[in-house]
Amino acid sequence: MESTVVNTSAENKRWGGGIEPLKASYGKMMMWFFLTSDSLTFTGFLAAYGFSRFKFADSWPIADDVFTHVPFIHGNYPMIFVAFMTFILIMSSVTMVLAVDAGHHMNKAKVSLYMFLTVLGGFVFLSSQAYEWTTFIKGGYGAVGTHGGNIIQFVDAEGERVALKDFAIAQSTDRTQHTRKDGLWFSGEKALPSFTFEEVLAGFEANPEVFVRTTYTAEDGHKTILSRSESLKELKTKGKNVVEGANLVQNEYGPPLFANYFFFITGFHGFHVSIGVMLNIIIFFNVLIGTYERRGSYEMVEKVGLYWHFVDLVWVFVFTFFYLV
Amino acid sequence: MEAHAQEPHKLAIFRGLLKFKSNKQKIWGVLIFLAIITAIEVLLGIYKPAMFNGQVLGMKALNWIFIILTIVKAYYITWDFMHMRDETASLRRMVVWTAVFLISYLVFIFLQEGGYVANVFSKGFVKTDF
Repeated sequence: MESTVVNTSAENKRWGGGIEPLKASYGKMMMWFFLTSDSLTFTGFLAAYGFSRFKFADSWPIADDVFTHVPFIHGNYPMIFVAFMTFILIMSSVTMVLAVDAGHHMNKAKVSLYMFLTVLGGFVFLSSQAYEWTTFIKGGYGAVGTHGGNIIQFVDAEGERVALKDFAIAQSTDRTQHTRKDGLWFSGEKALPSFTFEEVLAGFEANPEVFVRTTYTAEDGHKTILSRSESLKELKTKGKNVVEGANLVQNEYGPPLFANYFFFITGFHGFHVSIGVMLNIIIFFNVLIGTYERRGSYEMVEKVGLYWHFVDLVWVFVFTFFYLV
Repeated sequence: MEAHAQEPHKLAIFRGLLKFKSNKQKIWGVLIFLAIITAIEVLLGIYKPAMFNGQVLGMKALNWIFIILTIVKAYYITWDFMHMRDETASLRRMVVWTAVFLISYLVFIFLQEGGYVANVFSKGFVKTDF
């Protein structure tokens, strides 16, 4: 039962007079304990997400309808981009563990190379997440919010989504964005949606080929599409405002909680990735200036590596529960 | 430096079914395995085969497949990338059993409660669309 660390570092000897309980250095063991507690924080988030999903089991958005964008390509490609993100993170995990391995062989050049690649992978992942957030916040088709806080989406006769701009009829309106210079200095509002509810309603009445898709899931796993007369009734009686994209109050995909959990969980994970990238950069420069070479042990690479793998581990779960299940 | 004399890593995965010659080779081997699992997940996620739509223990069979594959991935990331395989049994148990127990408990009570609330919504005469 060999420990994975070569016990030559002065640092290790501080752990109670050179004796290592559990054959792990103090720093490594504390990293493990930190990761255990951190995994519970993520569990709290994901379990709360699970709670809401079970609670709104019949009206939760289908991930494949929401996350369909791939950079530089137009069209409907669910899963592809997140699969890419997952792969990037696993790859950077591999370069990290290769750096640890090179560290065991005291190979400074290889540790530097692999640490550099790991940092690069981290940046690619963070940029991907920025793209994911941007498209999520901007939204695609637009929807109508109801008085009860639900969402009404629109489809054509084939069941394909229809964007508001494809059927809404522009009308003259006096309504403009209320900014702080117009009235009380402390009251303003965000930019108005591209259309008013009245414009969407007028367009809907004029286009017999457009139907309402509710947020409720039918037995077959698809969202219920209403008949033309039901659609009209639904829109007229329940419709209230136009929703484009997502924020913490309302989103065009489904229950407000859906976007809230998306922002909080992927955001908290992205925050962990950013911290990981920062730590990796520090370690990378320490390797370059020979700190660990002089210390005689690359164990710091291993400890930060543990954190980096943990970030990958959490993503594996986020990936499953946000995009697959 | 005597730790270098014998290999400090356990190089067999799948309970000894697959033995690697070096730690580096094992890393690439595990990567290939993880990539295959992810590819399976993505394909199932895109095509969602109807044969897995049956209900198993209150959830779609497909969702169970996803969760099991995720736990398999988590196992190999922890055991081989984080070198849990090489740690002492007591360190491993301290970390893994604690997490597994607390996570299972938390997930169970949250999902149980969520299912209950959904039931009240659908059968308990509560208006949700007002």
